Amino acid sequence: MANIIVLVKQVPDTNARIVLSGDRVDLSAVKKVMSPYDEFAVETALQHRESSGGEVTAITVGGAGADKVLKDAKAIGVDNIVRIDCETPLDSNSLQSILASVISSLSAEVVYCGKSAADTGAGSTGPGLAERLGWASVSNTTSVEFGEQLSVVTPSAGGNARINVPLPAVVSCDKGNIKVRKPNVKGIMQAKKAQVDVRSVDVPASTVSVVAHSMPPAKPAGKSYQGGAAAAEVAQLLRDEANVI
Amino acid sequence: MTDTIVIAEIVKGAVHPTTAELITAALALGSQPVVVVPCTDASVADGASQFSGAARILAAKSDVFSNYDAAGWASALDAVTPAGIIITSASPQSKDLAARLAARRGISVVQDVVQIEGGNLTSPIYSGKAMQTVSLSGNAVVTVRPNVFAAAASDGSTDVSVVDTTGNVATAVQEFMARASTRLDVAEANIIISGGRGMGSPANFSHLEAIADTLGAAVGASRAAVDTWDDIPHSMQVGQTGKTVNPNLYIAVGISGAIQHLAGMRSSKYIVAINKDADAPIFQHADYGIVATWEEALPILQSTLSTMMA
Ligand SMILES: Cc1cc2nc3c(=O)[nH]c(=O)nc-3n(C[C@H](O)[C@H](O)[C@H](O)COP(=O)(O)OP(=O)(O)OC[C@H]3O[C@@H](n4cnc5c(N)ncnc54)[C@H](O)[C@@H]3O)c2cc1C
Repeated sequence: MANIIVLVKQVPDTNARIVLSGDRVDLSAVKKVMSPYDEFAVETALQHRESSGGEVTAITVGGAGADKVLKDAKAIGVDNIVRIDCETPLDSNSLQSILASVISSLSAEVVYCGKSAADTGAGSTGPGLAERLGWASVSNTTSVEFGEQLSVVTPSAGGNARINVPLPAVVSCDKGNIKVRKPNVKGIMQAKKAQVDVRSVDVPASTVSVVAHSMPPAKPAGKSYQGGAAAAEVAQLLRDEANVI
Repeated sequence: MTDTIVIAEIVKGAVHPTTAELITAALALGSQPVVVVPCTDASVADGASQFSGAARILAAKSDVFSNYDAAGWASALDAVTPAGIIITSASPQSKDLAARLAARRGISVVQDVVQIEGGNLTSPIYSGKAMQTVSLSGNAVVTVRPNVFAAAASDGSTDVSVVDTTGNVATAVQEFMARASTRLDVAEANIIISGGRGMGSPANFSHLEAIADTLGAAVGASRAAVDTWDDIPHSMQVGQTGKTVNPNLYIAVGISGAIQHLAGMRSSKYIVAINKDADAPIFQHADYGIVATWEEALPILQSTLSTMMA
């Protein structure tokens, strides 16, 4: 019986247009979804449960608005849903500290998360959390097999490596060949009724503060050509103008 | 002046040239950096001695560095790395290491930095749809995107000192599975040529492969190509749910330029697009856009490049 944890994060839909209001992004009109890689983490956690028995607990950090992502995880099949109540923006140190404090109280043996969140793209949470817990970690896995230890596949120079990961461990999941299951009607009904276990924690001060958000610098308009013959000129320019070949 | 430390980028047991860009980033943040070279054999660190701008070079020697294990590398590096702002490459492995190293020191990590100005750090967020600028109070670990900062000159000759270190390795490699082809992976390559659904069939990727081999490039793909054709593996996918790449040159062929594809490649230094639809969004991001079918354009590209590279 394994006590399995999966971290999920609510992010803007990857199709959403991001706009600024002053010098901060304004997400008020943006649809929010579970970060795509977290879907693979949820699927892997459920497969782990099917293999070894036990329970899957999904955890997110956020305000009440983030309950939706937990309900989505519940509808897909996790057993318990926990929200660490915190609305202030956190740097990696503060975020990992509060996750570590809650997770160490849950006597878990494995934590799955997405390889990075679609909003920051940072990918710091999995390895940083593992360090704080004193656990093994492995990132960007494309396949996970379950047993006494985990056997995972991750990219390595020149190909892939199959790696034995002793438990407890934190595993951050890439897509791989995994197919994620969709919620069924029963799951959706259960999710509606499910209670979110809300935890409050002391939040350490952040040492990284956001100064401003901005739009990416506009790229100067490129050169455009009609017809395939232009490929010859472009090849020359790549060498003589861009100096990239 | 803030003390800075560069952790050299190690690829296949050697110091990678992107390390010279990390030195430039360190100089932008503070003083001349100490360059720490994780290695099993101290001679590897000689590969960093020509970079000018380094205060000193420290070969951190340990068996731990024979295979990548986040816990082992973080503990072995932590033991010998001085206090200060630590800078690593934003490669997948080094981002992972950076996060673990920061957590070990109880400090924060700022990933994927593309600009440093007045001590403030800017990184893309929302897959490059916006930028975030942060300030630091205290030390941090900072990862820097490759091919963004100018490389430090290589006319230096900094002495290397060697220090033995050790760490707690948590995981064990069972086997390496080399790629069938000797072509680079998109995550490793400085030039990438990618195909999308517009390639029509997986067999037509052979035209991309031929150009890749001429240029020493990697072959990538859009998600539509990966999802449609079993022969195009997910490891080739560039984008939101594939790999994020920062090559010097990205050639997109038969790719429309959906926002999720752009997410993975828009920070490439130069972008070439070949697409038969003049209105394809990819052209808005292309430095060189060719409105043509690939059937028409690729043979000409191939033959011109072959002549140029010969
Ligand atoms: C959550 C999420 C995550 C996603 N993640 C990714 C991702 O990681 N990577 C990714 O790529 N996509 C991703 N997508 C999918 C993305 O939205 C697009 O569907 C996909 O990128 C389209 O691929 P494409 O450009 O190859 O195909 P299409 O959009 O079908 O474009 C094909 C293009 O080929 C051109 N063409 C056709 N024939 C020729 C010819 N003979 N010569 C030249 N040009 C030709 C057409 O004009 C067209 O522009 C994601 C979507 C979602 C919702």
